[in-house]
Amino acid sequence: MSASDAVLAAALLAIDPSGLGGIRLLAAPGPARDRWLSSLDDISPADTPCFRLPSHVGEDRLLGGLDLAATLRAGRPIAESGLLTRANGGFLIATMAERMRPVIAAHLAVALDRGEVVVERDGFSRLVPTRIAVIALDEGIAGDEAPPEALTDRLGLVISLDGVKADGLTTSVERATVSAARRRLVGIRVTADNIEILCAAALALGIWSLRMPAFALAAARAHAALRDADSIEEADLAAAARLVLAPRATTAPAEATEVDPPEQPDRQEEEVSSDSADGDSALADRVLAAAAASIPPGLLARLTQRGVQQKAGPGGRAGAQIASRQRGRPAGILSGVPRGGLRLSVIDTLRAAAPWQRLRETAALPGRRIVVKREDLRLVRRRQRSETVTIFAVDASGSTALHRLAEAKGAVELLLAECYVRRDEVALIAFRGRGAELLLPPTRSLVRARRALADLPGGGGTPLASAIAAMTALAESSRRRGKSPLVVLLTDGRANVARDGSGGRAQAETDALAAARMARTAGLSALLVDTSPAPTPAAQRLALEVGAQYLPLPYADASAIARTVQAAATRRGAA
Amino acid sequence: MTIAYPFAALVGQDEMKLALLIAAIDPGIGGVLVFGDRGTGKSTAVRSLAALLPKMKAVAGCRYHCDPDATPEALCEDCRALMKKGRLKAQFTDVPVVDLPLGATEDRVIGALDLERALSQGVKAFEPGLLARAHRGFLYVDEVNLLEDHLVDVLLDVAASGENVVEREGLSVRHPARFVLIGSGNPEEGELRPQLLDRFGLSVEVKTPTDLPTRVEVVRRRDAFERDRAGFVTAWEKEQAALRRRIIGGRKRLAEIDVPDAALERVAQLCMSLGTDGLRGELTLIRAARALAALDGNKRVGDVHLRRVAAPALHHRLRRNPLDESGAGARVARAIEELFGP
Repeated sequence: MSASDAVLAAALLAIDPSGLGGIRLLAAPGPARDRWLSSLDDISPADTPCFRLPSHVGEDRLLGGLDLAATLRAGRPIAESGLLTRANGGFLIATMAERMRPVIAAHLAVALDRGEVVVERDGFSRLVPTRIAVIALDEGIAGDEAPPEALTDRLGLVISLDGVKADGLTTSVERATVSAARRRLVGIRVTADNIEILCAAALALGIWSLRMPAFALAAARAHAALRDADSIEEADLAAAARLVLAPRATTAPAEATEVDPPEQPDRQEEEVSSDSADGDSALADRVLAAAAASIPPGLLARLTQRGVQQKAGPGGRAGAQIASRQRGRPAGILSGVPRGGLRLSVIDTLRAAAPWQRLRETAALPGRRIVVKREDLRLVRRRQRSETVTIFAVDASGSTALHRLAEAKGAVELLLAECYVRRDEVALIAFRGRGAELLLPPTRSLVRARRALADLPGGGGTPLASAIAAMTALAESSRRRGKSPLVVLLTDGRANVARDGSGGRAQAETDALAAARMARTAGLSALLVDTSPAPTPAAQRLALEVGAQYLPLPYADASAIARTVQAAATRRGAA
Repeated sequence: MTIAYPFAALVGQDEMKLALLIAAIDPGIGGVLVFGDRGTGKSTAVRSLAALLPKMKAVAGCRYHCDPDATPEALCEDCRALMKKGRLKAQFTDVPVVDLPLGATEDRVIGALDLERALSQGVKAFEPGLLARAHRGFLYVDEVNLLEDHLVDVLLDVAASGENVVEREGLSVRHPARFVLIGSGNPEEGELRPQLLDRFGLSVEVKTPTDLPTRVEVVRRRDAFERDRAGFVTAWEKEQAALRRRIIGGRKRLAEIDVPDAALERVAQLCMSLGTDGLRGELTLIRAARALAALDGNKRVGDVHLRRVAAPALHHRLRRNPLDESGAGARVARAIEELFGP
């Protein structure tokens, strides 16, 4: 992504914020990102509201709710507006968007779709206007984290400031230019060809969401307005392709691009499109080429990988703060004094106090509008329903593949079905060759788990040490999020690749046992399924070191394993 | 309120539109679940229903917009009292299409003590919630698979009984709450609880169109709408009115639609060959076919109707292996082909 495109994106967003929905800004925190944000602020109309939305934001702050101080002062319920309302007509900057919770993304999605949000909270019901554009600051450059797709699918622009210097981001656009372009926006002519070219380019790049061609059209229109033109031309389409379509490409366009529709619905339409077919398809090719040229090498691979990653399930990447809130769902209220981490439920306390206000009025000090007594206090009762994350570490090495990879897969499939019933999250780690790989971060989507499993190839060495380390790390991070991890290791226990990826059975076994001890220190509840043809001492020893239950596969049909895991999970839940 | 996109202008997604129309003709169908890809107009379709549906007669001033022509049992307490005195006044209102936003608190969903009146006047009054607002209309839950479990429980309970019973804060209130539950979501965000899945009468899968002309048309209409909402709605009013007339006609015809024994037998055969659990699938299929016949202006249910509604009525009820991706839709299609011929 060139610096000039980043500058251009800021200008387009300033011109048509609601048409473009917002921008996903891939950048590490630093001067370049600050400069970009301040230049957006510089060129946007002077009174544009702009609020920061931290990743740990609660729904009450986002949507608004009861203003406690004002309510107590006034003696009647006073609503407090949330960030969505206050940002109306301007920008919401979502910091660390890659850690945003799905429920927050869902609210933003509704706000972006409808331009208004119905808030139903704390006894209030209001329709609030939310004409906003969201700037998602995505710092997940490492690639294993991305903002929720419900949000990114509604943000038109994507830019990366990777390798861009702050000095390069000086904009030549002025506030007056943007204001003039905004006024011109409505009058820009859009032809049927414009739309067809952008739709065809999106298809050729493997972009399925129908929002993208619409965003590309908005970008092209804003670009035309910026040029002081009254119709869309090639330069506008190319800019739209670069800033909206290219970063989302999932396939490289084919050499001879097929821009003609695969089938024509009827004759009439055929004639219409054949009118200008020649000039059109050449132009379409050039627009596509513009998009393709701005796809940096390696981006495609990274993006498709991200595509998989970003579909992490609900609560997949909540921070520690959020986790404590997630622990247990609200299960009604009880009266009592808040202590020991129990939280006061303000609204319910007020409700409890309300009927007595007439009686207490006389006794109350003058000026006190609401009298709340100790017996009115109500607490939120939470039911600890600790969610289980079942982490499967599957040995896909050559030795296993030879014997029983298919059977191991079958066992995992059965377990997945169990997890589905219990609504557990599942994660899948595969290890073969030189190391272990997290194929599937914790998710509730069974469809994805099954797919990941089916695509798992076999062959190569057995990097057992790496696998146990990866599995332990994942279990501990799940635990930090307030979930109960349960690990299921399917292996024959024959380590032959050391921690550093080098071969050699002796070193590999030493490393594996060391990793196993680490796992035991972490106190994981674990199950080791021996996938070798007959029970092996190596696997038994390993199970002992990890502190895992040992289960040889030969004697266990797949459903026996399922029963054992279920029993282990039940014990966990009871503990 | 912002102007909603007209239902008649939706491009493609015929199965989804049909399911919504069937629910509009026969609200007893038990709700519609729309699952599928992003950006396919799921929410747009549901939110466009309010403007499409013919206005309904409701008791003036009733908080639950009771039906003045209903039997006394189906009325709220206030309306029942008014009816005894013979003072029910009717007026026409829009059919409610109520959004249940994620993050809605339980008190707003089921209703609660009216805090304002309690604090300022010391009166114990009930403030109705979303379930009351949705009575006789539609309750829409976007991203239904992300909804908190305890809210889902409430919805299931009320949807099954048609009545909302509130026992909290010293209040004891019951009021009618019959609504069509519409849920939408994306399966990649997480699975839907199996209990909830079964509660939906119809379930449709939406896929993003992959042919260029359709996609161009979607973007073109969307753009035209965004640029001039009022003008776009006016331009489509004729189609909207035609569709509205079909719905009105369908509702009138519904009670007279004949379901011959041959059709019942077909349904039983189909459900047997698919091994659906319980009778809910068969009942829903018959109901949906009857509503479709009414919508199409036919007098009796035939194969042609059963074929079109079999998949939405049955595919989420097959005893399924959650891991089997080949899809229940394909199994239903195969069973239909075996039974009805290609």
